[in-house]
Amino acid sequence: MDCFDTAPPDPQARSGDAAAAPVLAVEGLSHSFGARAALDGVSFGVPAGRFTVLLGLNGAGKTTLFSLITRLYNTRQGSIRVFGADMRRHPAQALARIGVVFQQPTLDPDLTVIQNLRYHGGLHGLASADIEARAGEELARIGLSERADERVRTLSGGQRRRVEIARALLHRPSLLLLDEPTVGLDIELRRQVLDHVHDLCRERGLAVLWATHLIDEARDGDGVVVLHRGRVLAAGRVEEVCAATGAATLGDAFARLTAKGTRE
Amino acid sequence: MNATLHWRCLRAVIVREGLRFVHQRERFFAALVRPLVWLAIFAVGFRAVLGLSIIPPYETYILYEDYVTPGLVAMIQLFNGMQSSLSMVYDREMGSMKTLLVSPLPRWYLLVCKLLAGVLVSIAQVYVFLAIAWFWGVQPPELGYLAVLPALVLSGLMLGALGLLLSSFIRQLENFAGVMNFVIFPMFFASSALYPLWRIREGSPTLAWIAGINPFTQAVELIRFALYLQVNGTAFLAVTACLALFLGAAILAYDPGRGFWARRGGPAEQG
Repeated sequence: MDCFDTAPPDPQARSGDAAAAPVLAVEGLSHSFGARAALDGVSFGVPAGRFTVLLGLNGAGKTTLFSLITRLYNTRQGSIRVFGADMRRHPAQALARIGVVFQQPTLDPDLTVIQNLRYHGGLHGLASADIEARAGEELARIGLSERADERVRTLSGGQRRRVEIARALLHRPSLLLLDEPTVGLDIELRRQVLDHVHDLCRERGLAVLWATHLIDEARDGDGVVVLHRGRVLAAGRVEEVCAATGAATLGDAFARLTAKGTRE
Repeated sequence: MNATLHWRCLRAVIVREGLRFVHQRERFFAALVRPLVWLAIFAVGFRAVLGLSIIPPYETYILYEDYVTPGLVAMIQLFNGMQSSLSMVYDREMGSMKTLLVSPLPRWYLLVCKLLAGVLVSIAQVYVFLAIAWFWGVQPPELGYLAVLPALVLSGLMLGALGLLLSSFIRQLENFAGVMNFVIFPMFFASSALYPLWRIREGSPTLAWIAGINPFTQAVELIRFALYLQVNGTAFLAVTACLALFLGAAILAYDPGRGFWARRGGPAEQG
């Protein structure tokens, strides 16, 4: 075996209706820090090819949720499954299918673009030849092939974000997680990054979970999970959530849901 | 999960640490200048003050420079180990720690990779220092340069593991000054790096006892004996035991199930 075994250990997910089963399945997830409950019975799914927005204000529990899905710390209550692989029982299989773009910049500014990509590829156990080939493809895609040997320090904020997305795709994950990836970008760059990830989602059938507090980052047709004070208030397609709350726009729906959620 | 994957990961971490080190020239020179200042200035002044009798592993009277060199070698590794703990804190603040930890390889293995990479960097520094010291007149037996290598690996791992453990308690970069005051200086001065234990005992039996159980003393003696082609069994066992203890504790501290990540909500909980 020369790469990570990503075959789902769950026979149901392997044989049956894999198309219908979500790539990421979160069920009954709760987590608390001391007495403070950060997540309370969170359940939702992210299917393949769906751009899903995790919408919540600061402090809603988005970062805690991301930390659990990336196994920064263990799930204690509830379960997280990636392609049928349970995060607690089969962390290697689950993590091998996830690509992550963290909120903070995580590229090494003193290293070149390609050196950063090689480091990531190595961490995922990729062979050098694969890393070079895939890095070439991904950099060409984001139009940064010619900058491969330049230090990350010399790139703009938008370029760095795109390199981070390229890096997260290097090991060909099925699920792409992005934690507030447009922080610090101007409106035009934000739109570009959003378009880019939507394209990836459509072309490669990636399941995308995009955490944000910016309501306008959810587009028609996207999935949306509304997280408020550690609880999921609504989940589904943007239109469905709007219809269910009787709101014209997602912004209204969000306002109604959170007003109600706060009263309870 | 097979050996190829583990090897690729280790190689990637080593290459990254190496590149970072090469890019940070100031760090390289600082790491080199520090022991050279001790050797070229402190040791010369101190030579007249301190009389040394013949003690193992030395077979003749030696100059103070000869005595202090193994201690300075260990000092390079001590600073390096603590600096790598600083870089862990830095990585945690900058998020690149997360990049490491989302690798599908087991977390303990990722930490060991990081540790090994740091040790290799420290060994490179040590050999550059020993080369300069040779021109300064500190000339241990030629084979000693080879024999000291396993000792350097072991002591480097032990001091690096201590740094790793400390890094799990440090929350912010600013606290590195505290590490200097409360870890590096006491460990260095209350050890056999600058003066032999029997000399310390003349001054204070209590301090000599403290120096005796100081893991840093054991690292210094392990290196000193190896450099003169001898094995110090006690030091070897003590350094190995400390390595096991520090590394075990560090792995527990970084374990996703218990350590500080789960308690504190990870780095900079933002919501």
